[in-house]
Amino acid sequence: MKEITYREALREALREEMLRDENVFIAGEDVGIYGGAYAVTKGLYEEFGEERVKDTPISEAAIVGLGTGAALIGLRPVIEIMYIDFTTLAMDQIVNQAAKFHYMSGGNVKVPWVLRTQGGAGRSGAAQHSQSLESWFVHIPGLKVIAPSTPYDAKGLLKSAIRDDNPVIFVEHKMLYNKKGPVPEEEYTIPIGKGIIVKEGKDVTLVSYSKEIDEAMKAAYELQKEGIDVEVIDPRTLKPMDFELIFESVKKTSHLVIAEEDHYTLGVGAEISAKVSEEVIEYLDGPIIRVAALDVPIPAARKLEKRVIPDATRIMDGIRRSLE
Amino acid sequence: MNISNEELLKIYKTMVTIRIFEQTAEQNFLQGEIPGFIHLYIGEEAIGAGIISQLREDDFITSTHRGHGHMIAKGADLKKMMAELYGKETGYCKGKGGSMHIMNFDLGVLGANGVVAGGLPIAVGAGMAIKLKRGDQVVVSFFGDGATGRGAFHEALNWASVYGLPIIFVNENNQYASTAKYERVVPVKSIAERAKAYNMPGISVDGNDLFEVYKVAKEAITRARGGGGPTLIEAKTYRLKGHFVGDPEKYREKSEVEDWWQREPIKRVEKYMMENGILDKEKKKEIYERIKRDVNSAVKFARESSFPKKEDALSDLFVDDFKYDY
Repeated sequence: MKEITYREALREALREEMLRDENVFIAGEDVGIYGGAYAVTKGLYEEFGEERVKDTPISEAAIVGLGTGAALIGLRPVIEIMYIDFTTLAMDQIVNQAAKFHYMSGGNVKVPWVLRTQGGAGRSGAAQHSQSLESWFVHIPGLKVIAPSTPYDAKGLLKSAIRDDNPVIFVEHKMLYNKKGPVPEEEYTIPIGKGIIVKEGKDVTLVSYSKEIDEAMKAAYELQKEGIDVEVIDPRTLKPMDFELIFESVKKTSHLVIAEEDHYTLGVGAEISAKVSEEVIEYLDGPIIRVAALDVPIPAARKLEKRVIPDATRIMDGIRRSLE
Repeated sequence: MNISNEELLKIYKTMVTIRIFEQTAEQNFLQGEIPGFIHLYIGEEAIGAGIISQLREDDFITSTHRGHGHMIAKGADLKKMMAELYGKETGYCKGKGGSMHIMNFDLGVLGANGVVAGGLPIAVGAGMAIKLKRGDQVVVSFFGDGATGRGAFHEALNWASVYGLPIIFVNENNQYASTAKYERVVPVKSIAERAKAYNMPGISVDGNDLFEVYKVAKEAITRARGGGGPTLIEAKTYRLKGHFVGDPEKYREKSEVEDWWQREPIKRVEKYMMENGILDKEKKKEIYERIKRDVNSAVKFARESSFPKKEDALSDLFVDDFKYDY
């Protein structure tokens, strides 16, 4: 195993898949000469040339349409929308077009693209550059949604996403790009739709994903000192979600807390909570608690941003509430 | 004239097929046999038929909510078309698409589209892919006058021009964006003028004149295939029917519609063909009867086909047919 960053892991995945399959190409704003707003595609333009690492106009609808049109006729585009906030500009192309084509055509056409984007707070990007909008896409039938939290998952899942025949929304987190972690030297992929137990525990199940996992782990280790044994689960894929893994854990711990960076109302946690209520409520010995971003736009000032985005302390409070 | 008699006859038959197919669909819709809504292309047939007849099988088109004509011109099977309108499992999309969303890769149809301007960015993607694969196919993207008010129009034309993509943008200016008359919602006299903003050729033609449409399309297709980049063609026409079947059409005068019926494209091409000995009354009758028979057998096929099974509502969501936990 080598230690590399989340950014490097993503780049390795892109590079390996481009070498493996000449139909894979990258397109997005600033992905070429500049190397990507967060430097994920750095060096790929030099290696693969401008045809396969395409700088595009600032035209999100056309970027996604480009992906769809090219995917329809046999290529495997990896398109990049620089900030998840800007997917708003391409919603028709994502939601009405790409997500529905396979179904609407009765299975006649397929749209094998990956839409890479990044979200999340932590850099004072404020209300239009810090959102976590992944639940919008989870809501839409026909899309798969992935949100990895480690370099290992980022690489393995991006490779699977590129090989998948469906449109996949791949949500990175801007504060994870420098996160280091072990990644095997040899080739590997991670199946879409499979979560993992990041830390085993017996008292309470804590589900979290993307950057929020790091806060969840801090909370788990802090509570360990108080004798509370937290099981931390990272579903890694938000759609299809590995509900079985969560159900099994809840059956064991009888308590569920969800920590997420998206907004509280109708966020990913709301779906997990509803699903657990429907399927395994008889195992619960306390309320399901969602610890999520407060329902206000993400503010710029660090102090305000910190108030809105859940940290380990808020997660610990949530866990205590669930155990009361 | 640069169309051979044989080719002209073929295009003429396509135009008549579109007309009869849609007249029949209209009638059957009004009788309650067809669900949802359908949008008719009646009066605009010269555009779809005149342009698509010059495409190769491996060329692509993107279409609109008013797309029956484009599909038929691209070689769609009338039975599968009609069955899809009827929502039957034998339709092009197994009853899941309906009139506005018929698409078929084998025909090179990258989608009719329920969203105005929705097909334009997809045409750009197909154009990019052709260029990347060093192919010599072209993409024809059809859209209405209303689409030019949407951002996707601008993004697509800008992009196609920047990269010199092999795309022919065909604006079917039928003078009504839904119910809004062209002059009320478009600030330029001709959609073709908009081409200047993208540094591409913009040509305006009488879309009801098959020969004019044919000629400018030939130039644009040749240019695109030869690496000369995109063209914007405005084909001025008129939507002889309402926005959708059942539209009360209170926003326009009957006399205006009647006036345009005098200029409709099929009559015009018939006149030319009669005058030049390519068509006579008997031959015309024979063609109409033959097409009516084909359309009637399409209707029969649609009527007799089964509706999809309830459980089919859950298939075709993902390519791997991932069994989702509903």
